[in-house]
Amino acid sequence: MPVIETEDLGKTFRVRRRAGRLRRRVEEVVAVSGLSFAIEPGEMVGYIGPNGAGKSTTIKMLTGILVPSHGTVRVNGLDPSRKRIEVARQVGVVFGQRSQLWWDLPLVDSFELLRRVYRVEEPTFRSTLGELVELLELNELLEVPVRQLSLGQRMRGDIAAALLHDPPIVYLDEPTIGLDVVSKARVREFLASRNATRGTTVLLTTHDLDDIERLCQRVMIIDHGSLLFDGGLADVVERLGQERTLVVDLAAPAAPLTVPGARVVHVDGVRQRLAFKQSETSAAAVIAAVASAAEIVELTIEEPDIESAIRRLYELGLDQPDTGEGAPRVKIDP
Amino acid sequence: MLDAIRVYRIIGGARVRSDLQYRASFVLFTISQFTITALDFLAVLIVFSNVHALNGWTLGQVTFLYGMGNFAFGLADLFIGSIEYVQVDIRLGTFDRLLLRPASPLVQVLADRFSLRRLGKVAEGALVFAIGCGVAGIHWTVGRIALAALSILTGATIFSAIWVLTACVCFWWVEAREAQNALTYGGSFVAQYPIGIYGVWLRRLLAYTVPVAFVNYFPAVYILGRHDRLGLPMWASFASPAVAAISVAAAATVWRVAVRHYRSTGS
Repeated sequence: MPVIETEDLGKTFRVRRRAGRLRRRVEEVVAVSGLSFAIEPGEMVGYIGPNGAGKSTTIKMLTGILVPSHGTVRVNGLDPSRKRIEVARQVGVVFGQRSQLWWDLPLVDSFELLRRVYRVEEPTFRSTLGELVELLELNELLEVPVRQLSLGQRMRGDIAAALLHDPPIVYLDEPTIGLDVVSKARVREFLASRNATRGTTVLLTTHDLDDIERLCQRVMIIDHGSLLFDGGLADVVERLGQERTLVVDLAAPAAPLTVPGARVVHVDGVRQRLAFKQSETSAAAVIAAVASAAEIVELTIEEPDIESAIRRLYELGLDQPDTGEGAPRVKIDP
Repeated sequence: MLDAIRVYRIIGGARVRSDLQYRASFVLFTISQFTITALDFLAVLIVFSNVHALNGWTLGQVTFLYGMGNFAFGLADLFIGSIEYVQVDIRLGTFDRLLLRPASPLVQVLADRFSLRRLGKVAEGALVFAIGCGVAGIHWTVGRIALAALSILTGATIFSAIWVLTACVCFWWVEAREAQNALTYGGSFVAQYPIGIYGVWLRRLLAYTVPVAFVNYFPAVYILGRHDRLGLPMWASFASPAVAAISVAAAATVWRVAVRHYRSTGS
């Protein structure tokens, strides 16, 4: 049974805009519409989309902060806006841009306050905290007032704070925003290990595709409030018809090779670059064909760039008419 | 309710601890709160330096009425007054984080901005009330003592409910703080004088719409052995608990609707 399930979920805001000196016009702004997805226990799902696509609005509906305008949300079978408090006990949330720690208090005091608000038993809390402190390397920071922490330190503190009640479900909204490479790696490692050892279900929104590549098997892409894509990361690339590239260095310069299912896109002395689509042929077949035609000294395979694939997806959007020349068609997964 | 008090104590306690880190500032602020509210009472003395009675009320009686209102208001201010910060939380979107925790967001807003400094106001109200009890020439009976004590509590409850109700406006209209203050601080101000001195419309507003008259005026009329109940019968002097209960129910309902209406901010 899925832990998170939405059906035809939507949120519309009524916004007053100036229309003349005193008059206001009320406009409806659709933040999210027709969103349906299901996340199984233990999944780690990347939720991406450009700014204003509706990512945060979705997360806020999943936590009960916002009440949906239509459709349904179920988190462990509960409606978050009606059963907010019960849902809050099962969910940990990190908003990267906003801290939930007490600004003037030492980090450890914030943890203690949350322990009491969540009613976590002292022994359970000690062991959870010990583990979090070790994994997130917080030991030196516990006595430091939150306002004196660096962004990366504070983020780790916030992640620990969200997990103190050991929630089976975690939403992370931009958890690596503004972090340096080392801090990012630390946060990612931590999330991966948490998911592996505890089976925590993780929904992660981010602008950093590295986060997704390193952590998520599944990715959901949202734009203009609707889901454009839901599936494996590799599938994004394939759906978009992005090509992989085989780069071979031959023993001697040769004419552009002819390989079925692949085409030579660049020749530079002994080096030839052959582009092919995963849907049409395999890397092994292309390599075999090249090897039978010429002697190979060195080879590498370049994977398509996910970032550019996703950028194309945002630009082209959903259900674009096929314009012939291999324009990508993307469908929402059922 | 018990859980609300528990969470209030946890979060409010943390606020007090961090406030007490700056002891000198805490003490000075509390004293200044006391002084500012005490200066307010000077206005009453100035009025009575020109007249012997206000609408038939003596200085002692007005002192009693004033003390009762200010004591109740001070208590409401101490525990509920920080509701005015909900407007800040809504504007900045920090209200979000309160909704992530398994506790009432109302209690969290109140406790998170709890300020012990407001004790200065309570102390002033209590002092004027105590003086009023002594100088108003009250013929004390058990019933009158009980009504006076109870009225402080129901009065604080009525003010609290008005406070929460007006704060709910922020969920629809973020910049509503001044409108709120007109009702809360304004309400406490008008409760400092016998309601009979106001025009008929204001009187009706205070008795029936914003029920400030039930905070101190109606109970005080009975305790002081007076009869000017603005045309209402005797029971009006004992109706404050019922009015408080209705006010709380109204505030709780509107608050719930308001939270469901919360729109957060983009992030």
